[in-house]
Amino acid sequence: MLLGRTANGLYWMNRYIERAENMARLVDAGLRMALTRTQNASEEWNSVLLSAGSDAAFTQKYSDYTAANVADFLLRDTGNPSSTMTSIETARNNARMVRTALTRETWESINEAWMSLKRMLAKPIDERDLPSVLDAIKRETALIRGAFYGTMLRNEIFDFSQLGTYVERADNTARILDVKYYVLLPSISWVGSTLDNYQWESILRSVSAHRSYRWVYEADYKPSNIADYLILNVRMPRSLTFCYRFLTEHLKFLGDDYGERHACHVTAGKTQAMLSAGSIKDIFDAGLHEFLANFIRDNIRLGDEIAQDYRFY
Amino acid sequence: MRLAAFDEMLPEVSGLRKPYSAYDRWLKEQDPARLTEKMQDAERVFRKTGITFAVYGEQEASERLIPFDIVPRIISGNEWRRLTQGIEQRVQALNAFLDDIYHRQEILRARRIPKELIARNEAFLPEMIGVRPPAGVYTHIIGVDIVRISENEFYVLEDNARTPSGVSYMLENRETMMQLFPELFQQIKVRPVENYPQLLRQSLAAVRPQSTKGAPTIAVLTPGSFNSAYFEHAFLADQMGVQLVEGQDLRVVDGHVAMRTTEGYKQIDVLYRRVDDSFLDPLTFRPDSALGVPGIMDVYRAGNITIANAPGTGIADDKAIYSYMPEIVEFYTGRKAILGNIPTWRCSEPDSLKYVLEHIDELVVKEVHGSGGYGMLVGPAATKKECEDFSKKLAARPSNYIAQPTLALSTCPILTDKGLAPRHVDLRPYVLVSDRIQIVPGGLTRVALKEGSLVVNSSQGGGTKDTWVLDD
Repeated sequence: MLLGRTANGLYWMNRYIERAENMARLVDAGLRMALTRTQNASEEWNSVLLSAGSDAAFTQKYSDYTAANVADFLLRDTGNPSSTMTSIETARNNARMVRTALTRETWESINEAWMSLKRMLAKPIDERDLPSVLDAIKRETALIRGAFYGTMLRNEIFDFSQLGTYVERADNTARILDVKYYVLLPSISWVGSTLDNYQWESILRSVSAHRSYRWVYEADYKPSNIADYLILNVRMPRSLTFCYRFLTEHLKFLGDDYGERHACHVTAGKTQAMLSAGSIKDIFDAGLHEFLANFIRDNIRLGDEIAQDYRFY
Repeated sequence: MRLAAFDEMLPEVSGLRKPYSAYDRWLKEQDPARLTEKMQDAERVFRKTGITFAVYGEQEASERLIPFDIVPRIISGNEWRRLTQGIEQRVQALNAFLDDIYHRQEILRARRIPKELIARNEAFLPEMIGVRPPAGVYTHIIGVDIVRISENEFYVLEDNARTPSGVSYMLENRETMMQLFPELFQQIKVRPVENYPQLLRQSLAAVRPQSTKGAPTIAVLTPGSFNSAYFEHAFLADQMGVQLVEGQDLRVVDGHVAMRTTEGYKQIDVLYRRVDDSFLDPLTFRPDSALGVPGIMDVYRAGNITIANAPGTGIADDKAIYSYMPEIVEFYTGRKAILGNIPTWRCSEPDSLKYVLEHIDELVVKEVHGSGGYGMLVGPAATKKECEDFSKKLAARPSNYIAQPTLALSTCPILTDKGLAPRHVDLRPYVLVSDRIQIVPGGLTRVALKEGSLVVNSSQGGGTKDTWVLDD
C-alpha cells in the first residue's frame, strides 16, 4: 500500500533527478558546439535554452547568449525552476518527504549529491572549470541511479519512480529533436554540409549518444538514421520508444498489482503502439515537427493522467 | 557562573565511580588522536544520513545537526531499577489524573489542587470531558526529564506527556556508537535499546479501538517535512513499518479516518500523531489548521480511532500543574512519590512572586506553557539588564511563570579539544503505556556543551550522548 502523496513524491523526485542531469548534458552539447563553431555560438546557446524550455526566462534576465550566462542560468540559478541546482534541491525535498519509501543507500546518495552540488554551484563557475563541473553533475546523478537500481525492491515504489524518470526523459529527447528538427529534414544532397555534421553531432551529444550511434550505424551521420535512433530504436536508453517500452511496462505492473486499469494505460498504450508500428519514413512523410509536437502533448497528458489515476493530490 | 556539581564519572571526593570503571580502563588505552578522528566520523555519519533538526528563527541554519559526544553516560543496573520504579509510579499517576480530570474530577473535589488551575488552563480541552479513549490510556508515550544532583538524589524536571521527541536520537546515538566502537560493546554489557520501534508498534497496536477487526492499521501523523522533528517522524514510521501521513492525506470516510492511497482510501485504526492538539481538527480546534483532519474528533468520540497521545494530555505536563505532581502521585497511587519534584514557586501566588522578584538572579524562571528552552531565564547566568527586563515581563503576567532554584545538575565528561571536560547533563527516558508500562533501558542524555551552561536543549546549543544502562 502506498500513499498517493508518496507516489507523487517518488514520481517528481525522479523527474527532477533526470532533469538535473539533462541540463548538464544540454550545456555540454552547447559548449562543444560553441567551441567548434565560434561564429554561431549564440544561436547554439539559444537552441540549448529552447531545448531546456528556459529561453523566455533566460531572456528576461540576460541579453547575451554567452557560455557563462547560459551555464549559470541552466546549472546554478536558483531562480530558474529547472536549473540543475533547483532540480537537485527539489528532488531532495521530495526524497525527504518520501524517505520512508527509499532505501538508506538511495536517500544518502541523493542527500550527498545535494550537499556536494550545493557546495560546487555556490559560486559562479569559472569557464575553465565548466567541463569538470558537468562531469561532476553527471557522476552524482549516476551514483543516485546506481544506488537506486542496486538496492530498491521492484514494487510499486519502483514503478512510480520509473514513471517519473521516463516521462521526463521522453519529454527531454522529444524537445531536443524538435528544436533541431529542421536540420534533420532530408536535404537534396546526400552528404550534409560541415555545419550539418556539427549540428547532428550536437543532437547526439545532448543525449550522450554520439558514440553509441557509431556502434549501431557504423557509417557517417545521416539525418534519417539519427531520427530513427532517437525516436524508434528500442535499445537506445534515451529514445522515445525505449522510454515508452518502460512506461507501458511499469504501468502494466501497477495495473496488475492493483487489478485496475486507468486512462493513463490507454494513453501510454496508444503512444507505444504508434511508435512500434511506425517507420521513420512514415514519420518524415507526415511531418517530423508535427509528430514531435503531438508526442510532447500526449506525453504531458500521460503525466497528468498518472497523477489523477493514482490520486497524487 | 560555576556550580559545584556532582560528576557521574569522577566525583571529586570519592574518585572514579564503579559504573564507569570498565569504560575508564578502555579509555586509558586509547590514542587521543584516534578518538578525535572518531568524533569527526560520527559527525559525518549524522550529516550523511540527514539526521538534522530545524531551528526556528534561523534562516541560514535551517538544517542543523545536534552535536553528538562520543563519551557515553553510564548508569548502573541498580540505579536504573530505582529510577524505573519512580517513573512507573509517576506515569500511572499521570494517566489516572487525566482520566479523573476529564470525568469525575475527584482531585478537585478533594481540594488537592485548585479548580481554577484546570478551568482556566488552555491545555485543558473541554471537548475531552466524558470521552474515554480506547483501552483507557491517555498518555501512551512519555519522556520524563530527570536530573541528578548527587549520588542518590534524582528529580523530575518535567513530564513530557504530549509528544516527547528525541527518541530517534537515542536510537541513532547507539547505532553510531556501535559502529564507532564495536569492541566496547563486547567488553561491557550494555542493555539494548534497539527494540524500541517494535515495542512502540506493539504498544500502539494494543490500544487499538475495540471495533478494529484483525491487525490494526497504524500511521504516524507529521506536520510535514519542514517540521523541526520531521526526521524523527520519518524515522519512527520507517522503523515501525507503518505509513507516515500528513493531514492532507487524511479524511473522514464512513465514520473512520482514512488515508489516500494510490488505490483509494484506506482506514486507519491507530494514529501516532506528532501534531499539537490545536491543529488536530479544524472543525473542533483551530479552524485555520491545514495540518489536521476535519472531523477526526467525531471519529475519536465515537471510539473508531486511537489517537496517541490523546487530545488534552497537555493538562498533565503543564508547568503550572507540575508543582502539584507530588500531591497528584500520592492522591492516585496512595504512596509518596518515589521521584521528587524540584521545589517550584508559582508566580501566580503573591508571596511566591515577591520572593521570585527579590531573588531573580538566583533562580531559573520558566514560562508555564513554554518548551524547548525558549522564553526562560537562568538567573545566575544572566546579566543585570536581562534580569531587570525579565522581572518586568514577570510582574506584568505573573501567572504565566514558575520559578525554580538553580540546581547544580550532575556532570558527565565530554571529549573536547583539550581532552575530557565535565558538562551538565539531564536524562529523558522513554515510557510506553498500553495494557502495561514499558521503559526502554536508557533514554536520551542531553548535555550542555558550553562550559558551565545549564541549558541542555538542542535549540539552545545542547548536544546528546549515548546512554548506557549496564546489565549488571
